[in-house]
Amino acid sequence: MKKVYTRPKSLKKAVFHYCPGCGHSIVHRLLCEVFDEMKLQDKVIGIPPPGCSVFTYNYLDVDMAESAHGRGAAVATGIKRANPESIVFTYQGDGDIAAIGTAETIHAANRGERITAIFINNAVYGMTGGQMAPTTLLDQTTTTSPYGRDAALEGYPIKLSEMLGLVKGAVYIERTAVNSPANIKKTKIAIKKAFQTQIDGLGYSLVEILSPCPTNWKMGAIESWKWVDEVMAKEFPLGVIKDITGDNDAD
Amino acid sequence: MTKVLMYGNAAVAEAAIRAGCQCYFGYPITPQNELTEYMATHLSRRKGCAFVQAESEVSAINMVYGASLAGARTMTSSSSPGISLKQEGISYLAACELPAVIVNMSRGGPGLGSISAAQSDYFQSTRGGGHGDYRTIVLAPSSVQEMADLTHRAFDLADKYMIPVILLGDGMLGQMMEPIEFKHEAPKELAIRERAVRGAKGRPSRIIKTFTSNPSEMEEINWSLFRRYQLIKKEETSFETYMVDDAELVVIAFGISARIAKGAIRNARAQGLKVGMLRPITLWPFPYEKIKDIARTTKQFLVFEMNMGQMLEDVQLALEGKREITFHGRPGGVIPTASEVHRVISRLYHQKGLKKAK
Repeated sequence: MKKVYTRPKSLKKAVFHYCPGCGHSIVHRLLCEVFDEMKLQDKVIGIPPPGCSVFTYNYLDVDMAESAHGRGAAVATGIKRANPESIVFTYQGDGDIAAIGTAETIHAANRGERITAIFINNAVYGMTGGQMAPTTLLDQTTTTSPYGRDAALEGYPIKLSEMLGLVKGAVYIERTAVNSPANIKKTKIAIKKAFQTQIDGLGYSLVEILSPCPTNWKMGAIESWKWVDEVMAKEFPLGVIKDITGDNDAD
Repeated sequence: MTKVLMYGNAAVAEAAIRAGCQCYFGYPITPQNELTEYMATHLSRRKGCAFVQAESEVSAINMVYGASLAGARTMTSSSSPGISLKQEGISYLAACELPAVIVNMSRGGPGLGSISAAQSDYFQSTRGGGHGDYRTIVLAPSSVQEMADLTHRAFDLADKYMIPVILLGDGMLGQMMEPIEFKHEAPKELAIRERAVRGAKGRPSRIIKTFTSNPSEMEEINWSLFRRYQLIKKEETSFETYMVDDAELVVIAFGISARIAKGAIRNARAQGLKVGMLRPITLWPFPYEKIKDIARTTKQFLVFEMNMGQMLEDVQLALEGKREITFHGRPGGVIPTASEVHRVISRLYHQKGLKKAK
């Protein structure tokens, strides 16, 4: 019998602690598939952030080292500069990369650090209980925007990936989602390309992934998958934001 | 070996390179810029080495954390306000048991303060500095030669105990020139520390983490750190004594203050005043036992610092109220002269009716 689907070698045999419908476990699995296919398991160093995904190291069977909130890009810079042969990625939430870690992220990208960022955008702070994130949508209700995000008081959802598009050292930036089989497939292709960009030594690469958080959105899993398409992707359009890798075959 | 004339800041940088420092991360702040500039010139293009001028001190220390994870000898330098920003990263380095060297060419504070030499970061340096229950080894040089020597020792101690080490200088030590000699040549090969995070090749994957949802696990980590700190206290406490054997009055001072006090003591001795000095070289661990020891024969102590009395509290802890302590402090970046300290010594000596030499 031909085996068509199996646990990736780089994925530990652990039960995910994530909530039902959460996108983290899908992205974890995709990363492991990519590590297996690109034969990176023994070269990769991952930097998980504080937040729900701090426990990424319990699932990915690669070297991992936790960073302080928002400092992933700086920590990754240190690792990569000390050991340029390693393949380094940060796994960062929206609060981590687009609020507290904005400076670290933009400057690492601007230096063209050969690192890859996996940016999980779920429009809330998940682990702390659903507070307003920099990417929270207008009118979206969270525990710290209980009347709905009001631009006059709370500003606008920030588009970090588009901002990074203006930064010269950033070479490949794509926004995808994990709310449908088709989008999951596209996400995997994007992740693969991001790591290839790093391997080729071209510069900074980032994949922003719109990821459902049914618990903090106070929705069912199916409803939250729809919300990604119908609401989130309107503000954060899916697709390639920047690609100057010179290899556009994958698009 | 031949002597070279160097600024303190450059001496630290050169000594770091000779100690095998592979990665330096910095951010401009006065009065330590010459250190960063020296690294930019002499380390950035060196084979296998890395230099990054970071976007902030917060980033710089987190780059240090990354390079230390990767097994490199690594350092950053800054001055007081910048060191405050680095405390987050220092706490993480301590938690993850990662070696690193952090240089503080301290200046007057609080706030943006002054850019002149001060010693007001004693509390911050010796009490951990960031959040959580941890310590860092703190070395306090008092000459440019010692800046170089202690830089080398800082790297060795950091690796030996897997701990961040603070080199606490000040704006004056950083900015002054003295002839010095380097006791080490730069290593031919840069060593990679064992248990580094460099990819799980031929071994199981490794996790470096500080977070745990289990308080008992955290308690165990604290105990394990504490046990190491006890060992450091036992093994690494160091100090210099100067004419203490027959001293009626002992001055306790560290860093540049001790250098100033030494001049004052020499003048006092010339007048027949039996004055000596204890200079802690490690501020943490602090030489409590040596002070207790001196107190067996000396009744009067003068603590002299360029702050409002920070090390003073450690001296009080050592003497347990059994001996009289007088404090003289000049905060804010004011650098007192040897003659000022001489006047303080002389006045105290006569007020207390201490015996003069025959």
